[in-house]
Amino acid sequence: MTGSAADPKRTALAGGALPQKSQPAFQIEDLHVWFGNRAVLHGVSLEIPARHVTGIIGPSGCGKSTFLRALNRMHEFTPGVRVQGKVRLFGEDIYEPRVDPILLRRRVGMVFQKSNPFPTMSIQENVLVGLRLAGIRNRGLLEERLEEALRMAALWNEVRDRLHAPGTELSGGQQQRLCIARALAVHPEVLLMDEPCSALDPIATAQIESLIRDLREHYSIVLVTHNLQEAGRTADFTAFFLEGKLIEFESTKKLFTNPSRKQTEDYLTGRFE
Amino acid sequence: MSASGSAPSPEWSRERRASGEERATARRFRVRKILDRFFQLLSLLASVAVISPLLLVFVFLLSSGGSSLTWDFLTQLPKPVGETGGGMANAIVGSCILVAIAIVIGAPIGVLGGVFLYEHKEPRLRAAIRFTADVLNGVPSIIWGIVVYSWVVLRMKTFSGLAGGLALSFIMIPLILRTTEDVLRLVPPAYREAGLALGLRRSQVILHIVLATARRGIVTGVLLSAARVAGETAPLLFTAFGNRVWTARLQEPMAALPLQIFTYAISPYPDWHRQAWAGALVLLALVFLMNLALRLLSRGKPE
Repeated sequence: MTGSAADPKRTALAGGALPQKSQPAFQIEDLHVWFGNRAVLHGVSLEIPARHVTGIIGPSGCGKSTFLRALNRMHEFTPGVRVQGKVRLFGEDIYEPRVDPILLRRRVGMVFQKSNPFPTMSIQENVLVGLRLAGIRNRGLLEERLEEALRMAALWNEVRDRLHAPGTELSGGQQQRLCIARALAVHPEVLLMDEPCSALDPIATAQIESLIRDLREHYSIVLVTHNLQEAGRTADFTAFFLEGKLIEFESTKKLFTNPSRKQTEDYLTGRFE
Repeated sequence: MSASGSAPSPEWSRERRASGEERATARRFRVRKILDRFFQLLSLLASVAVISPLLLVFVFLLSSGGSSLTWDFLTQLPKPVGETGGGMANAIVGSCILVAIAIVIGAPIGVLGGVFLYEHKEPRLRAAIRFTADVLNGVPSIIWGIVVYSWVVLRMKTFSGLAGGLALSFIMIPLILRTTEDVLRLVPPAYREAGLALGLRRSQVILHIVLATARRGIVTGVLLSAARVAGETAPLLFTAFGNRVWTARLQEPMAALPLQIFTYAISPYPDWHRQAWAGALVLLALVFLMNLALRLLSRGKPE
């Protein structure tokens, strides 16, 4: 991952050019994942477009979270996991030996199912921890990024007066937006979201969903969800996974109104799970 | 309960009445109730038996040492043999220094060992270290005194505060190691994952996130082990040795409360016996205060 700050793709928000919408963010070719001897993903090939929201749906255990974790190599912390296949991020193979997974994860942010702001840190520290620990000391830059990330996460107005309060004092929906701000502060190119609304009430869910729709202006977003309506409301494209295989990948509208595969139709009409 | 086994049905209960089984059940039920009471009483007595020694020791120490616990006792040096009066100020300070040395040596090693146990992937190695730590926890404290005596005291050719602190730290290390690992395991993995997904290095995640989240529990573990070693006498007998005058020099024999109590208690002088009681009271009070501080510390906001 030699891509530096001078690389136009990296500096989407720092004034550089954003990737073209027609460009693929991720190109995934024949991706296999095993947990020990059990195959979880069998040969998934998929192109995830830049600056769009791509929804991943499918029943529990279909491999959608595993798929997501293969995109920022988070699976490497689970013992016994093996990955085969090619994943390119803006053309660069992320599984090449010279790629540092640390730098990869700075380019590919992640938001989890349960909000997890660091309990020992204030709101401000939570947002800035990624930058601080990456060695950025410039106060002006940090302040700028703090406000920018919180604004992008639609949280600035709610927390601007209490930036030093503990992050865990916020409500559930605010905590999740804080986690989004934390991920955005390091200026990733892609945002992976693993069922970000599944632990939230309907109002907080609506806020996060509208936030996701806004974020796609700058970011390529992969959204795993088990909530079909959520995929319908937020995703531009939707991929349907079943038993570790990609069944169908289409524009959300087409997939939901006129799926070409019978299994997709069965799933969407609730005929299994 | 005892009559279970088949589903109750009308025929079954009629049959039961007929056979007199119902009366037997009622009798069994009475016996059961009496037994229940009996064991309740037994466990109450056991709890009292656990708590009462502490109360008894406190009351006893207060009655025998309370009157000797004067300002002089806390601030004066021991008087020469034969003179009455004087105090244990040097031993109180010496104990604090020894425990401080033990923390300085023992806490980093114990905490880092705990981190290693928490982080290392190889389960057999982890099990081996854990087992070793548990065995070390069971080693009689005088053994540590002998070890330090042969390693340090013989080489330095002098008893010293440093040797005493080292012996105490050997007792602390396995204690701290185990508690550190335990509290690290309580940190939800979600925080670790969040840190790693942010592109932090593993060392940064451990230091700034996992250890930071668990710091309260770690400090508790360190203080708990410090309270435990503060009262140790055996490992100090031939390491710190004791001293009747002031020393702040770590390479010289150093006074310690438990040692002073021991020396005074086995002496033939009534005035020293009196002071030994007062010393024991001070030692218990110190340990009590440490535990109290721990309580206050761990009662703060739950994490």
